Amino acid sequence: MALIDTINPLLTTGWGKGDAGWSLKDYEARGGYAQLKRILTSKMSQDDLIAEVKKSVLRGRGGAGFPTGLKWSFMPKAAPEKYVVCNTDEGEPGTFKDRDLLRFDPHSTIEGMIIAGYAVGAKRGYNYIHGEIFEIYQRFEAALDEARAAGYLGENILGSEFSFDLFAHHGWGAYICGEETGLLESIEGKKGQPRFKPPFPANFGLYGKPTTINNTETFAAIPFILGMGGEAYLNLGKPNNGGTKLFSVSGHVNRPGNYEVPMGTPFAKLLEMAGGMRGGRKLKAVIPGGSSAPVLPADVMMDCTMDYDSIAKAGSMLGSGAVIVMDETVCMVKALERLSYFYYEESCGQCTPCREGTGWLYRVVHRIEHGQGRQEDLDLLNRVTDNMMGKTICALADAAAFPVRSFIKHFKSEFEYHVEHKKCLVDPEVQRAGSGFFRASSATEAA
Amino acid sequence: MVEIEIDGTTLQVVEGSTIIEAAHQMGTYIPHFCYHKKLSIAANCRMCLVQVEKAPKPMPACATPVANGMKVFTHSELAVKAQKAVMEFLLINHPLDCPICDQGGECQLQDLAVGYGESASQYEEEKRVVPDKDLGPLVATDMTRCINCTRCIRFTAEIAGFMELGQSYRGERAEVMPFIGKTVDTELSGNIIDLCPVGALTSKPFRFSARTWELSRRKSVSPHDGLGSNLIMQTKHHRVLRVLPLENEAINECWLTDKERYSYQGLNSEGDNGRLTKPMVKQGGEWKEVDWNVALDYAAHALRDVAKTHGGSAIGGLLSPHATLEEMYLAQKLLRGLGSENIDFRLRQSDFSADGKRKGTPWLGMKIAEIGELDRVLVVGSFLRKDHPLIAQRLRQSAKRGAQVSVLHSADDDLLIKLEARAIVAPSQLPAQLAEVVNAVAALKGVAADPALAKVGAGDTAKKIAASLVSGSEGSKCGVLLGNFAQQHPQAATLNVLAQQLARLLGGRFGFLGEAANSVGGYVAKAIPTGDGLNAAAMLNTPRQAYVVVGAEPELDCADGAQALASLTQAAAVVVLSPFKSQAMLDYAAVLLPVSPFSETSGSFVNTEGRVQSFYAAAKPLGESRPAWKVLRVLGNLLKVEGFEQNSSEEVRDEALGGAPEFVSGLENAVNVAPNLEAAANGLERVADVPIHFADSLVRRAPALQKAADSAVPSARMNAATLVKHGLLAGDAVKVMRSGIQSDGAGDTAQVTLVAQLDNGLPDNALRVAAAHADTQALGAMFSVLSVEKI
Ligand SMILES: Cc1cc2nc3c(=O)[nH]c(=O)nc-3n(C[C@H](O)[C@H](O)[C@H](O)COP(=O)(O)O)c2cc1C
Ligand code: SF4
Ligand code: SF4
Ligand code: FES
Repeated sequence: MALIDTINPLLTTGWGKGDAGWSLKDYEARGGYAQLKRILTSKMSQDDLIAEVKKSVLRGRGGAGFPTGLKWSFMPKAAPEKYVVCNTDEGEPGTFKDRDLLRFDPHSTIEGMIIAGYAVGAKRGYNYIHGEIFEIYQRFEAALDEARAAGYLGENILGSEFSFDLFAHHGWGAYICGEETGLLESIEGKKGQPRFKPPFPANFGLYGKPTTINNTETFAAIPFILGMGGEAYLNLGKPNNGGTKLFSVSGHVNRPGNYEVPMGTPFAKLLEMAGGMRGGRKLKAVIPGGSSAPVLPADVMMDCTMDYDSIAKAGSMLGSGAVIVMDETVCMVKALERLSYFYYEESCGQCTPCREGTGWLYRVVHRIEHGQGRQEDLDLLNRVTDNMMGKTICALADAAAFPVRSFIKHFKSEFEYHVEHKKCLVDPEVQRAGSGFFRASSATEAA
Repeated sequence: MVEIEIDGTTLQVVEGSTIIEAAHQMGTYIPHFCYHKKLSIAANCRMCLVQVEKAPKPMPACATPVANGMKVFTHSELAVKAQKAVMEFLLINHPLDCPICDQGGECQLQDLAVGYGESASQYEEEKRVVPDKDLGPLVATDMTRCINCTRCIRFTAEIAGFMELGQSYRGERAEVMPFIGKTVDTELSGNIIDLCPVGALTSKPFRFSARTWELSRRKSVSPHDGLGSNLIMQTKHHRVLRVLPLENEAINECWLTDKERYSYQGLNSEGDNGRLTKPMVKQGGEWKEVDWNVALDYAAHALRDVAKTHGGSAIGGLLSPHATLEEMYLAQKLLRGLGSENIDFRLRQSDFSADGKRKGTPWLGMKIAEIGELDRVLVVGSFLRKDHPLIAQRLRQSAKRGAQVSVLHSADDDLLIKLEARAIVAPSQLPAQLAEVVNAVAALKGVAADPALAKVGAGDTAKKIAASLVSGSEGSKCGVLLGNFAQQHPQAATLNVLAQQLARLLGGRFGFLGEAANSVGGYVAKAIPTGDGLNAAAMLNTPRQAYVVVGAEPELDCADGAQALASLTQAAAVVVLSPFKSQAMLDYAAVLLPVSPFSETSGSFVNTEGRVQSFYAAAKPLGESRPAWKVLRVLGNLLKVEGFEQNSSEEVRDEALGGAPEFVSGLENAVNVAPNLEAAANGLERVADVPIHFADSLVRRAPALQKAADSAVPSARMNAATLVKHGLLAGDAVKVMRSGIQSDGAGDTAQVTLVAQLDNGLPDNALRVAAAHADTQALGAMFSVLSVEKI
């Protein structure tokens, strides 16, 4: 899905030409690699560089929203061997921004990573790319070749003292390999299973060495921040929520796609950019930050602006910026069943509460959806999620619990109706009308 | 030290320790499954969740480091709620069929479920079923019970040193399994049974033979290698049904080798090659079962006759190094009473030139636990992983913390230890190679080496080993360890002297890895010849009229089994005290006295570090067998030898040791001999290992171990160049002969038929053929020159 619209393009400046604008030449024409050159020629200090990033209040775009400058400053200065790792695993349902970033403008991520390497004193970087977007991996490799040939990567970059090389690594599509320590294990050639933290990657990361790991979009923002200055970037958004953000809008909108908007843009505006509700139907619910973010009902969502603080205040998370829009034709039990199935499938299986709990949740939601629910099931679901949350090695267990809790919280009557009447509250015919899948098949029927 | 508070009690703990360790220190139990003090932290079971002040979530006690001022609550509402939650999750997919589970009664999950589980579960879906895995003849699986704690996986990777198990698939379908089509083949595999907190991994030989609460327990000591691992023997109706480790940090930690764990099956062996349960005498070529007094009279007469007609020196005494101290002590006393000085327990040794020149009893040269503190180690002449698995394990951990381990040997078997340097040379080159290391270390230290070593110089390999040995920082500890192969070597005394010189140059220590349970005890019991007495090799080289054999099978246990067999066969009278019978014994013996194995007698072993470990019988003697010390005592009385009045094994021990010390005195490895660097052998040299499951008469009779990978039939192993040189391909059937004996000539017996196998860990011109095995016994000496021909 290419970009359709944007306010204040930074990350998406080069996207306009579709597949034609990704090359090094195009990127340089847009001012690319100028920041790297400036840093190297001016011999900017690492501290100044990190201070600039801190000023921008860039927060990690991978989901947790951790301040990037602060994260970089955790890297031990003296360590002889360090790594920078980019997380392009992008497995969160609803999220499809990182792959477009690498498809249309891979060099901004490369430049961001080189600059990060400079800032934290790493000589080597890896970009871990989701296994199911192999053509993006190939695109990134092509861009790396260009950068290497142009002297942006390798020994003594642009004649400076600084050396840095960067490699692409593709996974095989496991969601858990997006969790940063699972990702590191996977690069090391092991099974992708998160590590217990602490120690955090800044102390014990790739191959046991200090490692900075950020999301693709986080790295891609770096050259733009340095170009305009941290403060100007911050001011694009709102306090504590610097800059612009890519939102992957999907679901029942007329123009699903990636949209870059300043932090703090009203949800209503984003929805409008995405062409509004498909078929003019009524908005029912929105998952604002990827499938693991709690769902919000329409009215709550319509009052939100798209930034970390506003969404958190409303009881959800901005997460990765995947905005899943659901209209009135959606059966919330069925939607939850699909989500629960995902987490049940993707749990790595290490920790007891997640290994056993994700399956339990899925089975109970499944039986409610299939008319075999029991009165006590809603309490049971809440109790099981309660027993999972905050008790595991990584956040996948919480990610599995949030949808269950929020769906039941906001749409309890639908669940109760299912248990009681052994069918959906939303008439199947209505569901059929709303679903693209169903519509396609009825079209066949008609023909 | 940091100060923390657990459940209201303040305590000081070492910085960097975890909450669970701190709680343990004050005697507070925190429920756990995946945590194990010897393994890396996995933090996956989540059973150990506790409340920590200011932490919003419960924290895993096994993985959370203490911090100054930390307040921990192990029984608060939050903690208990979390623990109960985890227990509920653990049980939803667990079969809960404890009454038919082999782990029932000793299951961590069962125990904790009583404290943290609810009586009913709300989980009403179908439970998970996991296919069982074939892990080999020793470990049975019931994978549906697995709680995925990964202890077994971490054990094999970290302690045993090789990734043999892993967790495949993910989420609810995660399964612990070996590589496809592979079994778990380490010499330490049985430990995963102890580690498994549930009944997923159990002992295959023990399976369903008893409920744990029916078993009586007795402490004991392993009769196998020189460590003397501490055992718990479990019996039912006076049969040993299971052996478990008794934790002893100083010796075996909490581990056992598979040999120690499963050899008990040999105690219950039956049939022609099984336990000897009745006294027997040979009359007119016929074996008869007789009463004890008849057999003892017969034995006494036979020995007295030989002593009278030919003199005491016509009798030779061959004692197993696995016999107890008490048995050895009384046996030597008996032989000396008969006027014989021909007594030895060092059956696989071939160089006795240090006898009379030793300053004391050869031993490890340090405590076993101190091996783990060495920073620079050279292991000389040792099939370490198979001969001393638990010492290999200690060095494996040392290497991980940065110790540098080097090896000098005639085979490059994978020790699963990160090695710094290695020199793999033909057996005859071992002394010269060690001398080179001595020279190289002397050069690095800037001191003069022994001029007697000057002619060998120092090559690159020796220099590399030397560089590692001297590379330690101030105060680092160096050790040189001589293995079984070095002790069996025809120039063992030279290796001893060279190790001694090397240790002196390094300011370190050196010692011997005791081959058998009583390798030190034999010296202490005076089971070695003095004066004109003949040692083990000499009394077989110059055949005697009579032999007394205690606990040994000389045809398999001696340095030259073929010669042992010949000498015993020609003897007029062979008196055998043995727990087992064999065809060979029936051929050469005149009288067979059934004696108790270690499990049915009290006794003592003095381990390789000189520690005296006494034990009681775990079971009653089988059939008419009797403890050997009692049999020897009666024989002493019958032969009217003085000093046979002891009424208990303790009395014998106290007499032998002059009391009951914890450690024996007089331990000293120094010898006063001149190094001999002449390489004797020339040609295709035999490299003989003693396979782990053939090393003594007990383990040879343990059926499950005999099915294990380590019990493979011996082959003729050569490196690629040697194979080519002899026109062979791996897989060829070959005739292996002792050199000089042609295939059509006399001495046809000294040849065996084997399958050629490629082993690139061998030096050139070396042919590896295992000893101590019926298939190769005819080949004779462990160190010899062989020839090989394709059939
Ligand atoms: C189950 C799970 C899956 C995750 N998947 C991704 C992912 O696909 N991409 C990503 O950037 N971060 C993902 N994260 C977050 C990362 O662990 C990590 O926080 C992030 O890469 C840090 O980068 P940032 O600070 O730039 O956001 C995931 C986290 C969890 C718990
Ligand atoms: S929470 Fe789930 S996905 Fe994360 S480590 Fe534990 S089992 Fe694996
Ligand atoms: S088999 Fe036993 S030790 Fe291994 S993971 Fe399962 S429960 Fe743990
Ligand atoms: S014992 Fe701590 S998580 Fe398993």
